[in-house]
Amino acid sequence: MSELKTCLYDSHVALGAKMSPFAGFIMPIQYAGIVQEHLAVREHVGMFDVSHMGEIFVKGPDAEAFINHIFTNEIRGYEPGKVLYGMMCYPDGGTVDDLLVYREYLKDHFLLVVNAANIEKDFAWIQEQAHGFDCRLDNASDRIGQIAVQGPEAEKTVMEVLGYKEAQELSFYTFTDVEYKGERLILSRTGYTGEDGFELYTTPENTVEIWNRLLEAGVQPCGLGCRDTLRFEAGLPLYGDELSPEISPVMAGLGMFCKFEKDFIGKDALLDQKAGNLKRKLVGIEIFDKAIPRAGYPVELEDGTEVGVVTTGYHSISLDKSICFALVDKEVSALDTPLWIRIRKKVFPGKVIKKRFYQTNYKK
Amino acid sequence: MSKIIEGLKYSDSHEWVKAEGNIAIIGVSDFAQKEMGDITYVDMPAVDDEVSAGEEFGALESVKAASDLYSPVSGTVVEVNEALEDAPEAINEDAYASWIIKVEMSDPSELDALLDAAAYKALIGE
Repeated sequence: MSELKTCLYDSHVALGAKMSPFAGFIMPIQYAGIVQEHLAVREHVGMFDVSHMGEIFVKGPDAEAFINHIFTNEIRGYEPGKVLYGMMCYPDGGTVDDLLVYREYLKDHFLLVVNAANIEKDFAWIQEQAHGFDCRLDNASDRIGQIAVQGPEAEKTVMEVLGYKEAQELSFYTFTDVEYKGERLILSRTGYTGEDGFELYTTPENTVEIWNRLLEAGVQPCGLGCRDTLRFEAGLPLYGDELSPEISPVMAGLGMFCKFEKDFIGKDALLDQKAGNLKRKLVGIEIFDKAIPRAGYPVELEDGTEVGVVTTGYHSISLDKSICFALVDKEVSALDTPLWIRIRKKVFPGKVIKKRFYQTNYKK
Repeated sequence: MSKIIEGLKYSDSHEWVKAEGNIAIIGVSDFAQKEMGDITYVDMPAVDDEVSAGEEFGALESVKAASDLYSPVSGTVVEVNEALEDAPEAINEDAYASWIIKVEMSDPSELDALLDAAAYKALIGE
């Protein structure tokens, strides 16, 4: 199978990025090195090509009712210009995807932003559920490029390099429509790093121009390598690791994004899990060594009984600790529970800690 | 272009060996450290552990991945480079100055099966 290329592929190659397949695309993993790029985002500003993400527009008189039917979070009462995070679930509570819902400024217009790996699956799922609702679905993923500008200097960068003074008016999880070369650009104060930042959605041609202007201004290009270390430290899940058809939002500790006062697909199963009928839960674990817990490594009790599995783990760049997300039996999921992780031939002691490892810095 | 030092022996799994009498000093090549990226942890055996040629004796960890280390020779570990516990990045800075373990060889003729600098250069194809 040949991988798709984003509109910025040529730029990545010219910059000497290490390229690798991800979610059906050939994507940059790193340019200067994961540590340098990670620290650029934590301390200054960095930018990511996230054009592989999927964009699906939903429009029509029933658009709000329809999205509320498939989405775990509550979009009623949300003003135009707001962004909401949540999931789509199967009837058994398993996760179809996690996504952002944008309520557009035009009445009855919404934008769903979904994971690259799930675009086809999500669109098919959404189409199936839409029977009986008066709304139109448009998978615009091929027509939209996306750049994430992230870090404490992101606002300054978007204002000074791109001239968007509107940036300073936006609070976290809001967006506004601006123009670039006469085309629409969605300027969204969102991200996946734990830092303040923006995501810019526009045409592929504009995306290339904007990327080059940011490069000329000295913004550090950042690959998917540090995108993963950054989101992990911030306690954010990655679909495929911490959410999946087998891992529900409640198991992943994301129940706060499920609103049980309304109806949505999967609600009954999730309510049941919330009441305690679940086997495993996602926790954070710190081990007291520099060895690194990686996805798939077993989590054990002192006597060697296997009680879980690591889903993502790193030696945290910003915290200098070996930490991981792990799916463990609920009986051992309480904070401070001692747990052991098997790393190759050795077993390392650790304990359950809070999943938000890093203090996030969003603009309220 | 990766650095390769004349006079060392190399394995096709990118370890280098410097023989001093019946002691083999073992590290990883400059090519290997570049492929790994920022090294954050070195998983090393203990002194007195037995190692076998071609078998795994530890691992290097970068931010993103773990990569097993294979012993180019058989014998007994007589020393491990403890400085790497606190400064694994030394391997990125100079892969040939940063040895990982020293092994007392049980069969020094195993060295003959390893690559010389020219053959290693051909292997990595740079």
